[in-house]
Amino acid sequence: MSTLDTAPVSEGAPTAGRPKPKSQGGGFGRYLLVRFLLIFPTIFILVTLVFFLMRTTGDPITAAQGGRLGPEALAALREAAGYDRPLFIQYFEYLGQVATFNFGSTLTTNRPVIDVLFTYGPATFELVAYSLIVAFAVGIPLGRLAAYHRDKPQDAVFRVLAILWYAVPIFFAGLLLKLIFAVWLKWLPVAGRASVGAELQMQVLPNKTSIYTIDALMTGDPGVLGDVLAHAVLPAIALGLLTGGIFLRLVRTNVIGTLSTDYVDAARSRGVAESRLLRKHAYRPALIPIVTVIGLQIALLLSGAVLTETTFEWKGLGFILAEFLESRDFVAVQGIVVLLAVIVALTNFIVDIIAAFIDPRVRY
Amino acid sequence: MSTVVDIRNLGVSFATDAGAVKAVDDVSLSVARGEVLAIVGESGSGKTVTAKTILGLLPETATTSGAVVLSNREGTRETDIINLSTHQLREVRGTDVAMVFQEPSTALNPVYTVGWQIMEGIRAHGDVSKKEARAKAIDILRRVGIPDPEERVDHYPHQFSGGQKQRVVIAMALVLDPGLIVADEPTTALDVTVQAEILDLLRKCRDEFGTAIVLITHNMGVVADLADRVAVMYEGNVVEQADVETLFSAPQADYTKALLAAVPYVGHGAASAVERVAARAAGWAELTPVVEARGLEISYPGRFGRPGFRAVDGVDFVIRPGEVLGLVGESGSGKTTIGRAIAGLTKVTGGSLQVLGAEMNGIRERNFRPLRSRLGFVFQDPASSFNPLLTIAECVAEPLIIHGRAKDANAARARVNELLEAVQLPRAYGDRYPHELSGGQRQRASLARALALEPELLIADEPTSALDVSVQARVLELFAELQREFGFASLFISHDLAVVDLLADRIGVLYRGSLVEEGTGAEVLGAPKHPYTQRLLASLPVPDPVAQAERRAELRRIREAG
Amino acid sequence: MTAASATPVRRRPLRDRLPIVHQLRQSMGLQRGMLVAGLVMVAVFILCSIVAPLIAPYGFAQRKDESGSFGTQQPPSPEHLFGTTVGGYDVFSRVIWGTQTAILVIVIAVVLSIFIGVALGLFSGYFGGWLDRVLVVVCDAIYAFPSLLLAIVLSIVISQGQSNLWGGVLAAAGSITVVFIPQYFRVIRAETVRIKAEAFVESAKVLGASNSRIVFKHVFRNATRTLPLIITLNSSEAILTLAALGFLGFGIEPTAAAEWGYDLFKAQSDVTSGIWWTAFFPGAAIVFTVLGITLVGESLNDLADPRLRGRRRVAQASGEVAATSVVPGGTLTAGPGGLAGLEDGQSFDEHGIEVRR
Repeated sequence: MSTLDTAPVSEGAPTAGRPKPKSQGGGFGRYLLVRFLLIFPTIFILVTLVFFLMRTTGDPITAAQGGRLGPEALAALREAAGYDRPLFIQYFEYLGQVATFNFGSTLTTNRPVIDVLFTYGPATFELVAYSLIVAFAVGIPLGRLAAYHRDKPQDAVFRVLAILWYAVPIFFAGLLLKLIFAVWLKWLPVAGRASVGAELQMQVLPNKTSIYTIDALMTGDPGVLGDVLAHAVLPAIALGLLTGGIFLRLVRTNVIGTLSTDYVDAARSRGVAESRLLRKHAYRPALIPIVTVIGLQIALLLSGAVLTETTFEWKGLGFILAEFLESRDFVAVQGIVVLLAVIVALTNFIVDIIAAFIDPRVRY
Repeated sequence: MSTVVDIRNLGVSFATDAGAVKAVDDVSLSVARGEVLAIVGESGSGKTVTAKTILGLLPETATTSGAVVLSNREGTRETDIINLSTHQLREVRGTDVAMVFQEPSTALNPVYTVGWQIMEGIRAHGDVSKKEARAKAIDILRRVGIPDPEERVDHYPHQFSGGQKQRVVIAMALVLDPGLIVADEPTTALDVTVQAEILDLLRKCRDEFGTAIVLITHNMGVVADLADRVAVMYEGNVVEQADVETLFSAPQADYTKALLAAVPYVGHGAASAVERVAARAAGWAELTPVVEARGLEISYPGRFGRPGFRAVDGVDFVIRPGEVLGLVGESGSGKTTIGRAIAGLTKVTGGSLQVLGAEMNGIRERNFRPLRSRLGFVFQDPASSFNPLLTIAECVAEPLIIHGRAKDANAARARVNELLEAVQLPRAYGDRYPHELSGGQRQRASLARALALEPELLIADEPTSALDVSVQARVLELFAELQREFGFASLFISHDLAVVDLLADRIGVLYRGSLVEEGTGAEVLGAPKHPYTQRLLASLPVPDPVAQAERRAELRRIREAG
Repeated sequence: MTAASATPVRRRPLRDRLPIVHQLRQSMGLQRGMLVAGLVMVAVFILCSIVAPLIAPYGFAQRKDESGSFGTQQPPSPEHLFGTTVGGYDVFSRVIWGTQTAILVIVIAVVLSIFIGVALGLFSGYFGGWLDRVLVVVCDAIYAFPSLLLAIVLSIVISQGQSNLWGGVLAAAGSITVVFIPQYFRVIRAETVRIKAEAFVESAKVLGASNSRIVFKHVFRNATRTLPLIITLNSSEAILTLAALGFLGFGIEPTAAAEWGYDLFKAQSDVTSGIWWTAFFPGAAIVFTVLGITLVGESLNDLADPRLRGRRRVAQASGEVAATSVVPGGTLTAGPGGLAGLEDGQSFDEHGIEVRR
């Protein structure tokens, strides 16, 4: 998990190493280009790190088949897979593979990792999207309220809530939600993404997306849609509240920061109403650091997704990662980890572009 | 004549970490229609708090007593600001009273266009269509002297220069035609030439718009230039009120007299400089210079392949032993860069710079280090020039320890005590931490540290610009005294011509990285040759309303001439 | 000068220099309540780990006593306050013993990452150059990466998923360390870069001080003042990461040590059948500990930032007349958690009103 980034201005966000938005010269196009080029070293570093870490203790075949096969059979397998060659040759080969979006094949099921992404990725995407909706819906309005009523009872309640949401491990929150709403009250399903019947109906769709909400809509059956949505409620809340708590604190500190600036006072001196000061003058400039830090929370969200998926048997990337971990299929683990690194790097790039769009000092 | 605002027995207290603090105590003031009232005082006098009270802009931690009665432009309505609800306050702000802030770059919201921000104020008071508001915004921008207002109205604040930003802030204040504008140090953040333009604009507000102005300032020159009447504040009280001529010609209160005496005048330094020249031994002019720059160039590298920025471009000067060279310029002129290059803090990228016999272009720190004991430096910001975790004695002892004159801070203490006495600080202050000293005391300690090794050369980078006028006067006096006593050569950097004039034997004027004029105080300030020096000199307001009126005419002539 | 009495250097009173005590005195109202509540919870947690052998009725790996086997999935009873697990362990004892594992992991992880992170941050920030740029890019890459995944990879590396007490603890602590180093690095580096530009460091340079003197005498102590704050935040993360690893099955075997996350992992299927005590109590222990540490960290964070610090109201126009002045631009210039925040000499409130004493 990542730190609770609450620093109001730039100290919480990693600005070093990223191109500093500069007002003179350059221009937005240049900023975009430089920022885009920075994706590659990030991915390269993570690929290298993961590769060498995973190999320091031996090759994946030994790890997976360790106790089960004799030394000769093991050696034959290793030779066949090329793990007996010098490490650096394997490394460059791996780099070449990653560059062509080939993340290797799983040992246990012998499927390309990229296939695993296409099968399980949509589920993770759906979960992350739902929890972001929860997080935004909870974090941003409450954060603004807390900032506006700072040091008053409302503020105290919201802040304690935010800390509590952070302090409850996501899998424990998931288990509790499950226990209360699924087992005891029986309002919502215990686990999974849809019930068997609904899943069957969606399986036969000609051009299914594996994003169940869309598939359910395509079946045109409100029962299926209801079923899919009911399954999503608890996981989305479990993951969304954790993230929402962080958003709340982030919005609160940054809005408090901008509320005390000269330009808010200046707008006040022009007779602008308090509610508008909060809505327009304090909120929009505060958004710039908020968006940047929210970008960093993508990493946290993915960590959380792994745990949420395991708790709710939500068959996404995190769920399958846990299964590969259990079966000691480290080729698959490595592939998924590197794949996620690429996704994180791309998301951060997009988030930085959004932040730049909010800030006219970068745009012009 | 009726009043726009009448402040009666105002008292303001703040809740702070240190407990309750009273910032304003029983202040009564009034401003007449179309009048400029200057509230003058040093930091902590309560002048800004008084001004903010007029708009009801005090933070929640403040509690207020007394009354602030504000009338609208027509004089048909009177309201007591202190008893207004938030909603009523909102109606008064912008229409009856408006504010101009000190720092134009922070007073404008960076994420909205200036037009948006002006229109917002218009539309907050009354049902005005977007189109009408926009037309009004363009009109007001034109009237405050923004060129191409039709286009500039859609620009963001960062696309304007500092002076233009302040014009935009003034436009926002003027747009609803309020009877009163509160201007809180409106020119402090600006260069002196820009300051003159903004003061002209404020005068126009009074003369053409008939707006009354409450001008908060610490600068007596600004007061003399703009004010009709002056109120002097000290520690939360008004110590004197008078019209501007009377105040400058016959001040009553002791504090006012002291304040006026502390203000440096251009031209007052010439006499002492002549004295010093007369006292020099024969053959002085042939001595090897302590610092000699020939075609000095300093560039900062650009980022991401952009061209670098040339801060200093082909500058020649010499500083001979025991001589004080004053370096004057506005922000971005390269004056600080030159000082830093002499101290080896910034790399020389071209030309030649000889410091204490060493060539700084391409020198290695290792080779320069032994020479450092012959060089002292006083920094601008007294708040950050001492390690907050060390006592003053430990800080002052540092040069002695580094250059092996003492084993540790305790062993150096005797010498440290001597130095503290030399800068007129009580010995016991050596045991204090930097934050327990005031700004002026810290600058004294800073001088003590710089002089610990009795250097031949002292670089002083705006040592008094963060200080109040009265404190500045004492520090400058001390500097002159120490210079006589220790006889060091000095590069004295400042943006203030009057300050440089007080101390310097010769003055150099920097403009955009080039040295445009150099000579004795009498030459440069008495008969400036370069047009920039002329404009700079004419822009500097003198603390004398009669003389300032003449200078204003002179400045207008220079501007019209070119 | 003959009367050169070298007076010993006076220090500020101890109570103002101790990190937490100073903040406690500075706080008020809700903030003080949060800080005190957090401190109490942390104290309970630490106390539990110390006296665990005295409070825990059974060992963490104990499944039977003289009266026979505990039985599996027994509901709470006088013999087993929190019931027993699916593996037949006493839940209450494992919750208590779990504090020891948690503390061990926190201490190892925080100590290791502080040493490495601070050293790298100081060095990189002060000297700059290409090494600095490389380190920044590497640390930013690691920082932006889902730390749980990195922890998983590392625990595979360190223990191959095998888990005796030290193997498990080191795997968890080691993986958390690697995740934390970039965080310490970034904070210390940012502070170092900021302090390097301060006049007092430049002044030391002008005086001819050596780099090592500047780094150790001037930069180091000023750059590390925010550490107590980061340590608290990272401690709570350490517990959450340890528990998450345990929950994914990369924890410590129950026979080696008690670990809350692993107990939750084993309790997953219990929940579906309505057995709540095997999951609830270890989970609650995690929440309690993390909440305590986070409350302390959050309060320290607020107290370090003058804009967020709580303020008292005053009575009508009371108080001494003192020098107040309004700092241009408000306290944004002071910076969050900057020196001005931790130093009580200059105190700004959020509207930038400075009080000089």
